[in-house]
Order: sequence, then structure tokens, then C-alpha cells
Amino acid sequence: MKAETFALPFIIGTLFLFVVCMVRFMYWLVGLSKLDKLRILRNLFTSKSLKSATEAFMEGLIHRKVFKQNAMLGYMHMSLAFGWFLLIVIGHLEAFSYHRAGHFPFHKAVFFRYYNTLGQPYFFEKGFTFIMDLLLLFVLSGVALAYYKRINKSLFGMKKTTRLQWRDYIALTALWFIFPLRLISEGITAGLNHNGGFITQTFGDILNLFLPLQQLEEPAWFAYSLSLGLFFVTLPASRYFHIPTEIFFIYLRNCGIKLKKHENTYARVQTFSCSRCGICLDSCQMNQAGIKNTQSVYVLKNIRNRTLTDQVLFNCLLCGRCEQACPVGIDLNDLRIVKRIEKTQQYNSTYDSLHSEGSSKADVIYFAGCMSHLTPSIIQSMRKIFEVSNTNFWFMDEQKAACCGRPLMQAGQRDAALKLIELNRKQIIESGAHTLVVSCPICYKVFKDDYQLPLIKILHHSEFILDLVQKQKIQIADLPYRLIYHDSCELGRGSKIYEPPRELLKRLGKLVPVPKEREKALCCGGSLSNLRISTEQRNTIRNHVIDEFAHMKPDYVVTACPLCKKTFAGANRLAVADIAELTVEAMKQAKKQSIGKKKALVM
Amino acid sequence: MKKFGYSPIEPRTIDYSQFDGRLLEYLLREEPSFSTCLYCGGCTATCTAANLVEFNIRKLNILIRRGEIENLAKEIDKCMLCGKCSMVCPRGINTRHVILLIKKGIVTLHKKPEIVRL
Repeated sequence: MKAETFALPFIIGTLFLFVVCMVRFMYWLVGLSKLDKLRILRNLFTSKSLKSATEAFMEGLIHRKVFKQNAMLGYMHMSLAFGWFLLIVIGHLEAFSYHRAGHFPFHKAVFFRYYNTLGQPYFFEKGFTFIMDLLLLFVLSGVALAYYKRINKSLFGMKKTTRLQWRDYIALTALWFIFPLRLISEGITAGLNHNGGFITQTFGDILNLFLPLQQLEEPAWFAYSLSLGLFFVTLPASRYFHIPTEIFFIYLRNCGIKLKKHENTYARVQTFSCSRCGICLDSCQMNQAGIKNTQSVYVLKNIRNRTLTDQVLFNCLLCGRCEQACPVGIDLNDLRIVKRIEKTQQYNSTYDSLHSEGSSKADVIYFAGCMSHLTPSIIQSMRKIFEVSNTNFWFMDEQKAACCGRPLMQAGQRDAALKLIELNRKQIIESGAHTLVVSCPICYKVFKDDYQLPLIKILHHSEFILDLVQKQKIQIADLPYRLIYHDSCELGRGSKIYEPPRELLKRLGKLVPVPKEREKALCCGGSLSNLRISTEQRNTIRNHVIDEFAHMKPDYVVTACPLCKKTFAGANRLAVADIAELTVEAMKQAKKQSIGKKKALVM
Repeated sequence: MKKFGYSPIEPRTIDYSQFDGRLLEYLLREEPSFSTCLYCGGCTATCTAANLVEFNIRKLNILIRRGEIENLAKEIDKCMLCGKCSMVCPRGINTRHVILLIKKGIVTLHKKPEIVRL
């Protein structure tokens, strides 16, 4: 019988981790709302559980989304996660085959090679030995890549990696030691007992040539067990707690649980699911402005450590590019807004002095939005379009109207925003209109998300114009322009409107695709969501975007957002036009052509 | 005299020796661009809230520098944070941040949550 004390650190670590996981998961479960608990119960034995399991396998082990980001990075994550998972599973199968029984101590499977020295044959022995060595090689290749990533991250398609905490470094070091130590200890035992596979046996035989293996065996296994134990003990305090949490998060998400407007335990689950992989860092445009501590990964870290400051929280464009890139699928924007709501809860406005200005009866309401009033050409174009298409419309914010409430929402002033929403909503319903046309994507998003107008069709003006063109209520001619379309954050990632503006532009001129578009589109830098950024920093971000556009040599950068238009126009480098303005130009062109034709007929 | 609709005028003297500069210092520290305001009034001219109710964002600066916190609290309640003012500001002052800081400052520095109600 061999000594077993070496396994103690591993056993203690595993037990500790198990207890912490159970306590935290129970605490999070209890903290959910009644409805959410019901959702979990109801979906326990449905296809949703199966879906969660598949997703946990594809994302948690295979790391499909990381692969999409970069193949090397994906391989590194996969070899570590999936390789280790297989080592555990097949290791247990091997121990099961050896013991010919379902019950044997857990550590006898993990340290199987140490115990299996009697030469007693068991089912599929050679196969198991070979597979286990192959898997070890697989994991070690990932560890080697992880070492290399510290020296050269560009190989993994990353410009930046996360700045870690000391707790993360301890866990990281422990993790880095686990598999090399496993190779050494299995090698030593193989050198002594000839029970290794193609790698461990060769390695052991080499070691046997010049090392006193007998004395080294026990310490080596102890070191291996210690690194495992240390990793498990530090795991709950480090970023690696994302491993158990992510699986839990995937299940909750698939049950249909959503973030609330206040922080609950689901928000905690999301926060703990962040692996601090740093993929969000490269997608963040704030880097260009020299702002390097407000990215989502740092916000989540600060939320977790309860060290979040206003400086970090409010210095974000909420453009949503990080959310798009996040391989875990954390609701980064909403989490930040939840925190903003919490931080500004104390000082919302009452708007007691506001009262409704009354409404006019019409079929269509036009809400230009505050920002459109600073770009009057959009409003003029829309008037022209309404006029030509014979639309019976009421220009809601022509003279007196409150703000839509979205800028307040972005700042976290939800209670104040709801006051304005209530005021505007009443006016909209009173008008009896069936359609609400909005020129500003910022307003569009809040009308769609928070106004609760189920009977009214809410359209962005690009959708509205496209509809008119398709129904031939307005005539347009082809313009001889090379156009590029800029997706605004609120309309694109925010409201998922990508195609209607493009469809319309294809009819207006020659639409050229840009490298970063649709979900990956850049923010113009003007976003109202950032309350901290200086004008100079905004300009830096804007100029980077303009640089990207300038390569395409467009006649016009076409926007569908007055704020983007105003921001780009400030650079004075490229001609910028709103989609409505171009439509009006195409309408004029069409009119000219038809007059020309008539003249030709008369002559 | 009250019977005839007259009432004593509230004293409007401002004693600068009693000036409470906590809010002003806080604003200038957190948003230094605020100090560059040249009172041009562009913000007031474009203001969405001023279009609806009696509100003057430029005046806020004066109220702060006079230490009239109670009046300031009444005024600041009307801002809708729409951001037009920051778009037109010739000095590029981050006006939305200033507004949010004033709101926060009144509550945290002057401990007057009863003025800015929830």
C-alpha cells in the first residue's frame, strides 16, 4: 500500500471549491425573483435544459465564439478546457475499468497512475494509457501557448490583455504548474513501474537515466496535488470562478431570465461569469482616446470587488461593441445601466412644472428629436418627403415638446425618464395616429423599448422612406454617388435595424461596404451615453473613424442619426449626408428627369 | 398693507463672507471644462427644457457662484439632459456632466434630498 498523504491538498481544495460553489449558487438562486424561480423550475426537464447543456459544451469547453474571434486563441482555450475535461472523464472511465466497481475514492481516479503500479491487467488498458497521454499532450500544448501568449499576444489576434489582480496571478501560476507537474510525476512513476504511455514512459525512461526516481516520486506527486489544491482554493477569489458560474449563467439565460432595472443576483451571476479574457478591450474605441480603465472587463471587476467609481462607470459610450465581442454573452451595456441607475437614484428630477402641450389629430406623428433640431436639413427633407407623399402628419416636437427620455435613461436617471415618457406617451396616444416616424435613433430606441405603444407602428425615417419608395408614393432617381453607410449604435446594435437603410441606399446610389459594419460598426464618438469624456477625446475617436472611411473614397458618408451626422460634419473632411437628405436629392433628380422626358415628348 | 396685495420683499442680500463654495469647488474639480464658460448663452438658446418651461441653464452658473443652492435645486430639476447644449457650446464644456454633478453635489454635499425629490 502506498502513502496517500500527498493527495491531501487536492482533496481539501476540491472540497473547499465544492462548498463555495454550492453556497454561492444557492445564494444566487434564492435571490432571484419568484417568477424567475418558477421559470427555472418549469424548464428543468425541457428542451431548454438540453439546449443549455449543448451551449455549455460548445461555449464552455469548445469555446466556439473564441474560435470565431481568433483560431489560435480558440485552440488555447479549447485545449485547456476541453482537454482537461476529457482527462477527468476518461481518467474516471479508466479507474472504473481498473476497479471494476462504481465506487472508489475520487482521488484514486485523478492520481490513477500513482496507484496503478501492481501490473494488474484491466479492460482496454493499452487504449486508455494511449488516450490519456494524447490528452495530456493536448492540454500541454495549450499551456505552452498560454506561456507564449504572455510574450507575444499578437499571435492570438490581441492587441491588449487584461491587467490582472494578484489573486488572479496566484491562480494563474497554479494553473500553469498543474499539467507540467502531472507530466513529471506520471513520468517518474512510469520510469519506476513501466505503466506509462508513449509520452510519460519515454519521459520517465529519460529521467531514470540520471535521477534517483525512488526518492522523487512522492514529492513530485505532492507538488502536483498541491498545485491542483492551490488552484481550487484560489479559484473562487480569482477570475477563474467564471468556469462554474458560466455554466450556471447559460442555464439561467436559457430559462428566459433577464436583467432587471435594479441589481439582483442574476446581475451578480453575469458579473462573476466574466473570464477577463480581454476580448472586449480591443473592441473598445476609448483606447484611442487614451482611456484605458473604463472598459467592460474593468467595470465588471470593479463591480465584483465593489470598488466601482463614477469615473469608470460613466466614462463609456455604451456603443455596445464589447457586448457584441463578448464570448460569454454578458449583457455589458445593461449591466452598466443598472449600475448607473443605482448610482444616480438619489437625485432624479420630478419635472413638476411640466404639463402636456396637447396633441393634434393625424395619421402619422413625426418626432424629429432634439438632435435633429440641430441638423435642420434633416427636418426640411422630412417635411418635403411628407408633403410629396401626401402624408397627413403631425410634427410633434416642432415647437414645444419634451425630450424623449433616452438621454436620461443612458445616464441612469430612469425615474426622471419615466416622467417624460408618461407625458409624451399620453400625447402620442391622444393624437390617434397609427404610425410614429422618428428621425433620431436615440429616440427610436426608447420609443421601442420603454414607451409601451403596442398599437402604434414605430418607424425610423429610413424604414418609413423605404416603405414609401416601395409603394411608389415617392419617385426617386439613381444618383451618381459612391456612398458608404454608417450604422449608428442606437439604430444598429441598439435596435437591430441594419437592412432597411441599406436597402434604400442601394436604390439611391452605389453603396460600398466598409470593413467594420453592421454589428461591428464603429461609434462616431458623439454618443450621449458618455458623461465624462472631453470634447478633445471625442474628436480623437471621431477622427479615427473618419480615417477608416476616407480609405473608401466615398462621395458621401451617409448617416441615419443626426448626432452621428453632426459629429462627422465637425471633422470637415468628408461630405456627410443624412439618408433623408439624399432621398430628397434623388426625388429632385427624378422630377428633373420626368420633366425632361415630357419636354422631349412635346418636341 | 397685506390686505391691499402688498407683501414685504424677501431680503435678497448675498453675504459673500458666508459663501459656501463646496459645490463650486466640487464642480471645478470633477469637470474642469466648466471654468471656461464665457456666458455666451448658446446653451440657453437651444435648450429643449427652456422651450417648455421657465429655465435658463446659463443662469445656473451664476446661482452656483452666488451660493444660492435652494434656487439652484429648483432650477436643476427642469433639465432633461438631452445634450443639445453640449453640442452647441463653443468651449466644448461637458454640460451634461456638469448638470449631473450639480444634482449629485446638492444631495451629497448639501444634504438636501428634500429639495431634489425622488
